[in-house]
Amino acid sequence: MDNLIVSTSPHLHTKTTTHKIMRDVLIALLPATAASITLFGLKALIIIAACVGTCVLSEFLFNLAAKKKQTVGDLSACVTGLILALSLSAKASVWQCVVGSVFAIVVVKCMFGGLGCNFANPAATARVFLITAFASIAGGTPTEFQNVLTAGATPLAAIKDGAQAKELPALLDMLIGNRGGAIGETCTIALILGGIYLIARKVINWQTPVILLGTVFLLSFAIEGDATLALYELLGGGVILVAFFMATDYVTTPINKYGRMIFAFGCGLITVLIRQFGSYPEGVSFALLFMNILSPYIEKWCSKRPFGKSAVKKAGKEGA
Amino acid sequence: MFGFKFLGRTHIPHHKNTAEMPPVKMTPPKEVLLPMSQHIGAPATPVVKAGDEVKVGQLIAEPTGYVSSPIYASVSGKVLKIEDYLRPDGKTVPAIRIASDGLMTLAEDIAPPTVSDFDSFIEAIRLSGLVGLGGAGFPTSVKLDAVKRGDIKTVIINGAECEPYLTSDTRTMLDDGESVFDGITLLEKYIPSVDKFIFGIEKNKPECIEEMARIFRDNPKVSILPLPSLYPQGAEKIIIYNTTGLVVPEGKLPADVGVLVINVTSLSVLAKYVKTGMPLVERCVTLDGSALANPMNVLAPIGTSVRELVEFSGGFKEEVGKVLFGGPMMGVPAANLDEPITKTTGGITAMNIKDSTEQEPTACIHCGRCVETCPMGLNPTVFAKAVNIEGLEDRMARLEEYSINLCMECGACSFVCPARRPLVQSIRLGKATLRNHKLTNKNK
Repeated sequence: MDNLIVSTSPHLHTKTTTHKIMRDVLIALLPATAASITLFGLKALIIIAACVGTCVLSEFLFNLAAKKKQTVGDLSACVTGLILALSLSAKASVWQCVVGSVFAIVVVKCMFGGLGCNFANPAATARVFLITAFASIAGGTPTEFQNVLTAGATPLAAIKDGAQAKELPALLDMLIGNRGGAIGETCTIALILGGIYLIARKVINWQTPVILLGTVFLLSFAIEGDATLALYELLGGGVILVAFFMATDYVTTPINKYGRMIFAFGCGLITVLIRQFGSYPEGVSFALLFMNILSPYIEKWCSKRPFGKSAVKKAGKEGA
Repeated sequence: MFGFKFLGRTHIPHHKNTAEMPPVKMTPPKEVLLPMSQHIGAPATPVVKAGDEVKVGQLIAEPTGYVSSPIYASVSGKVLKIEDYLRPDGKTVPAIRIASDGLMTLAEDIAPPTVSDFDSFIEAIRLSGLVGLGGAGFPTSVKLDAVKRGDIKTVIINGAECEPYLTSDTRTMLDDGESVFDGITLLEKYIPSVDKFIFGIEKNKPECIEEMARIFRDNPKVSILPLPSLYPQGAEKIIIYNTTGLVVPEGKLPADVGVLVINVTSLSVLAKYVKTGMPLVERCVTLDGSALANPMNVLAPIGTSVRELVEFSGGFKEEVGKVLFGGPMMGVPAANLDEPITKTTGGITAMNIKDSTEQEPTACIHCGRCVETCPMGLNPTVFAKAVNIEGLEDRMARLEEYSINLCMECGACSFVCPARRPLVQSIRLGKATLRNHKLTNKNK
């Protein structure tokens, strides 16, 4: 016999793997990570190290305890840890980071079956969990600019309290990160750079961030009646981070293109509704979680009619 | 809603290394093995027995029924035996083994058929042993006979050749332009309802597009349509849509929308048979892949073993992992090198160990690449989940609800999957269970 390998077609595969996709996301988060360390100093570095380290370790230990195949090599735990860290305030203490990370990986992800099986974004869920459990860690101000800002309030909180555009940090500061907020969400320009990298690498589509950000901007503009304030709404909170790195999460969004567009629109809409009419100044994490839950339904509504399938025929119980 | 858009959107490597190599005629093989089923339909019935002397082009098996095809000796020599042959797809069929005398003596009764009207034209095609050479293997006579049923307005000549490596259709267009021309003339004459002949050729073969345009420059009925080099352009329903905009509904045939699709090599073989009376006994086979020393096109007698073909081309340059009948996207692996090429083998792809090693599948990350890439607009992930549903009835209902039978197993979804999920394999399993389930229900 010739010892030939026999398997089913296709016998050719793309070079892209889950590992490479996750690596690209990590690369895309590098500018934001660097910015957070520059702006918030050692504190940011500690938060990032605590979150990433705990996420990877807890996935490793869970797999070990559950006698499952080791999956830390796919880098998805690193991504979750880094995104969670970047969405936390500089006020977060190490043990809070550890609790949040364990919650994200063990409760939200591993207990539902690991990568691909969780219904909600682990980082977003953990963030919401931490914010609700420890209200104090929502805001936070860059150490270097502390004197520039009023008492560490985030721009969104200031707007909520009725601040006008002139009382807020300059728009340029909003871009480079000279404002209050989570360590990774303030430097919007770094996040946008990373987002463009992901779009260029075809890891994410451009529609999700564009629709989400567009919805937030236009709706805020319609309600506030002021383009500058609407711009602050866009740059002031975690919307940019969510739009590029969390609303584009494959697992917790609809699988189809139009479904993802509706998902993005829904995130934007609910964010604005919470910000304008709710009691929180920030609402994008809640919006994301809400849409995560709706995701399977959106996916079903948006599924394409297969090529050549007749429009009227509906496979169902009546026919059987 | 967004206007006309080409279907098929997967970028795959082309590897058309042999596109500029005209086929080399193979030296007579030592023996050939001719399976009775090299086509869709009933296996042919042998009309020779062990010990008989045969000559090239002599009938050795006649068609069994309407949807079937005759088989001719591809070498001259002696019938060794009629044995059972396990096809790569798992079916066992009888096969005739002939020891070649190395002389390739032609049978005496080979003469051009008398073709005067539609019926004699169809009969001639039936006797030629021609089946869809693109890989499907559907008897061409049956396909053309269906013209009687409907009003065929358009004939699409499939020269897409979207499989990586394969260049046998490319060579037909470049080397056999004359027979392609004759083929069109025949179709024009015997299927008068046709007012349009469209050649669908992928843009990665500009020399073929040019050559066909040159040959048919004086025929206003013929148009050459360059197709994007995006897999799977050559799939029947896809090429029909991309060349005419017509949609073949689920469960219907191209003839139902007034279209006939014929592979360009099939067309040239048809014309050659009508001209010379030499039935289908040899074909151009592309030999390529990472394990081969000398990729080349070979004109080989049907039934030649992979082993002899590879030896003829110069052997392997490194240890071989997988040998495929066809290209890497839809090719079927051979279990050993003694398996023969058949009428539908357009190429042999021999991959080295590295290329043959499948990566371990990881969890589905729901990235949607398979949904985005599926030319039929299906969602492969639902099938992958549905085949694991416990209850049989539930499983079957699910598979049908999501139109599993529309899948043509082109492999694009598995190709793009970053988690290396065996999607096509799940779909095949689903289709097979559904088919068996329906059969059982019918027999109850």
